[in-house]
Amino acid sequence: MNKKISLMFLAFGALAILAGCEPLTIFDPKGPNARTLSDTIILSIITMAVILLVVYVLLAFMLTKYRASKASADYEPPHEEGSHLLEITWTVIPIIIVAFLAVVTVKTTSTVETTPEGYDNKEPLVIYASSSNWKWHFSYPEEGIETVNYVNIPTDRPIEFKLYSFGPITSFWIPQLAGQKYAMSDMLTTIHLAADEVGSFMGRNSNFSGRGFAEMEFEAQSMTQADFDEWVTDVKANEKPLTEEKFNELLAAEHVGRSSYSSTHLEFSPAPMEHGDMDMSDDEMDHEQMDHSTDSHKDSESTHSH
Amino acid sequence: MSMEEVFHPMQEPMILAAAISIVVGAVAIVAGLTYFKKWGYFYKNWLSTVDHKKIGIMYIAVALLMLFRGGIDALLMRAQTAVPDNGLLDAQHYNEIFTTHGLLMILFMAMPFVIGLMNVVIPLQIGARDVAFPRLNAISFWLFAAGAGLLNLSFIIGGSPDAGWTAYFPLSGTEFSPTVGNNYYSLALQLSGIGTLMTGVNFITTIIKMRTPGMTLMKMPMFTWSILITNVIIVFAFPVLTVALALMMFDRQFGTKFFAMQDGGMDMLWANLFWVWGHPEVYIVILPAFGIFSEIIATFARKNLYGYKSMVMSMVVISLLSFLVWAHHFYTMGHGVMVNSVFSITTMAIAVPTGVKIFNWLLTMRHGKIQFTTPMLYALGFIPIFTIGGVTGVMLAMASADYQYHNTMFLVAHFHYVLIPGTVFGVLAGYHYWWPKMFGFRLNEKLGKLGFWFIAISFNVTFFPLFILGLDGYARRMYTYSESTGFGPLNMLSFVGALGLAVGFGLIVYNIYYSWKHMPRNEKADVWDGRSLEWATHSPVPEYNFAVVPTVTRLDEFWFAKKEGRDITAGKIEKIHMPNNSGAPFWMSGFFFLAAFFAVFNQWIPAILSMLVVFGFMAYRSFEKDHGRYISVEEINETEKRLRGDK
Repeated sequence: MNKKISLMFLAFGALAILAGCEPLTIFDPKGPNARTLSDTIILSIITMAVILLVVYVLLAFMLTKYRASKASADYEPPHEEGSHLLEITWTVIPIIIVAFLAVVTVKTTSTVETTPEGYDNKEPLVIYASSSNWKWHFSYPEEGIETVNYVNIPTDRPIEFKLYSFGPITSFWIPQLAGQKYAMSDMLTTIHLAADEVGSFMGRNSNFSGRGFAEMEFEAQSMTQADFDEWVTDVKANEKPLTEEKFNELLAAEHVGRSSYSSTHLEFSPAPMEHGDMDMSDDEMDHEQMDHSTDSHKDSESTHSH
Repeated sequence: MSMEEVFHPMQEPMILAAAISIVVGAVAIVAGLTYFKKWGYFYKNWLSTVDHKKIGIMYIAVALLMLFRGGIDALLMRAQTAVPDNGLLDAQHYNEIFTTHGLLMILFMAMPFVIGLMNVVIPLQIGARDVAFPRLNAISFWLFAAGAGLLNLSFIIGGSPDAGWTAYFPLSGTEFSPTVGNNYYSLALQLSGIGTLMTGVNFITTIIKMRTPGMTLMKMPMFTWSILITNVIIVFAFPVLTVALALMMFDRQFGTKFFAMQDGGMDMLWANLFWVWGHPEVYIVILPAFGIFSEIIATFARKNLYGYKSMVMSMVVISLLSFLVWAHHFYTMGHGVMVNSVFSITTMAIAVPTGVKIFNWLLTMRHGKIQFTTPMLYALGFIPIFTIGGVTGVMLAMASADYQYHNTMFLVAHFHYVLIPGTVFGVLAGYHYWWPKMFGFRLNEKLGKLGFWFIAISFNVTFFPLFILGLDGYARRMYTYSESTGFGPLNMLSFVGALGLAVGFGLIVYNIYYSWKHMPRNEKADVWDGRSLEWATHSPVPEYNFAVVPTVTRLDEFWFAKKEGRDITAGKIEKIHMPNNSGAPFWMSGFFFLAAFFAVFNQWIPAILSMLVVFGFMAYRSFEKDHGRYISVEEINETEKRLRGDK
């Protein structure tokens, strides 16, 4: 019995931690997208705790009441086939719980896959985030600048990260701002997010991608629009443009520090097409795929060139 | 590849030590067999056997060995991450270790343990004298052993796979994994996978065709049901793995582009194929455990299983759903709200039949007379711990929330909470439960219970902290982390738990030695006062299983017969037809192993020559006239007298 008690203790102890005293990263959201996920997770933990409680109480009851040491020596357990009523009950109640969670899932999944609520009237800032070996490249096509291993975003404006990879599948994740998504070599994926407040957040690749994976982190910094504009102007004025040669050098490197450039690699090495674009008529698709394969071929050749 | 590259892994002191210990161990076994002149015995009774019980025991022995091999990997991983910025292992070594840990534990520990128990028990439970295809069964085992040997060899010669047990492309392609590690992956899994597929065919046929008179499907013991369903899943799921591994081999060794980044290849195609096999695989190792728990809970509550029909039904539903959920392993690949929602719902739906089973087990104990034996402790420990795994599974099934759990320690904690109390407790429960049936003596209960408590408590100490770490943003598969993350203390706690688990598993092995030395022999056939037919024959079981095949009229016939004072094995003894032993499966798999080994290093000529020998064995078998042999009535009477008289 002591194990079960210690188990319950552990479970509820963990709940207490989750509930607040020292918020874990996931429960310390700094943007609407991550907040939706945090709320969803807390809701599901509460639902699941109730289910656990029912099972534990039943188990404790059976084990205390029906142990052999409590029964008389000649007690012979009866033959019980089952009970339709009980069996229907414990089928239907879980179905209701699952249905409830399914509604929550569909709703929240569509919420986090679109421009965050309250931000839909503002023009999103598009940033291309691509991974190579164990670093991240951030291209700002509108601003015409590019950074490596750090990304600055303005607060109070929706951000769209367009993700892809120059190699193994990676997963782009800034837990305090949004859930993660894969970056792959042959298609573009999108993360929608927004930052409510100014701050610095840990971002990383969470999908194992080889030897340097553990160190594949970057800093995501949110700043006021004014600070952001100033930073962009500063980069444009003071940094060199990103040449193809320099970019290939970057791609070949394993780990590099931070750097900034006053042009993007998208100009000479365009991103693959969007995942959603696959849903098009056959003709168009063939055509697009052909285009795309030449593109990515070029990409991979440039990867090989070192 | 130069010799230097081939033996490159040996430069690592730990691997050198492992290699030396393997060589010393092998030499000791060979020397021992030679010294005691046991080669003949060993070959005749084990290497060439087609007896399902012996094959089952060999499966279990290899599974235990692999449990320790994978367990050492686990200990090293926990030791490396116990403190921040630890230098015990470098990134490459860590990557190899978590890759082989996953492969060994799932494919070379959980699978053979389950298959070993089904080999020992299923023919006995259905009152059969062997499986439908005894020689095929031996090939299954030896192919599995060849695959296990090949994967373990990778640590010493050429380097282990290092792209995770999921081996996602393009990481596992030649561009990013240039060593032979992932060649070992595709070929070792291919060998053992073919063996498993044959097991699937063999056991479906056995259960469908060889049940004792009167045992209709709905009168089969629950373990038999679980194995039937498991093998149906195997037959549908394993061909996908076979194809995926073949494509992987083509990509890596023949320059095709199925999963390549360019020329129309699709990296996520591998992920899809892998999980179309991989998710049903989870149920392949969990359903038999459900079957084992059903047997054990009914036996030690001294009551029939509650809701038998809904137990069968729920397993059928789980097996169907298991093929409809694979995309939940990569919600984060961006396939949109629609696809994610569908897979979320199918995944969460699995909670319903699983819940039905949990409640049926609980209600089986109501009005029962519960005895806390070692197998029962595992079954009882399973319920509260596995339920945590189950409910966190539902949490992970919610696509939106998964964007935060995916690739984190939360996920790692979840699947260990499912696989350890589920599969590992299941097979350990079965192992303690059926041990007397296999060997004729019990395992010591005190040591068994001590082992259980060590494992159950240490398990929670090891894995519960990982839930919290995951929610704190700790990604899985990182060989180290910096102190500023604050992940240190909980990782240290987890390492302490892992040490406790090591003690627990050590106790289980010590118990074999202790019980072999000290436990009384000549246990009676029905040690636990059981309910199903395996308890109706002697322990250890004679070669022919039942002198007279029992006839049944209802579920738990043996139990009712005992109460009514009937002997269901009484009857006229007739000569028994049995299959002949054959060394062919062993040698054929040996050449399969050679072919795969040469293929790993792209040595095609010796690989093809070895395969030709394999085909030679097949051709020989096709024309071989082997109608088996008969055991005479006198011989049976003598055996029966000896087994009975000993009691």
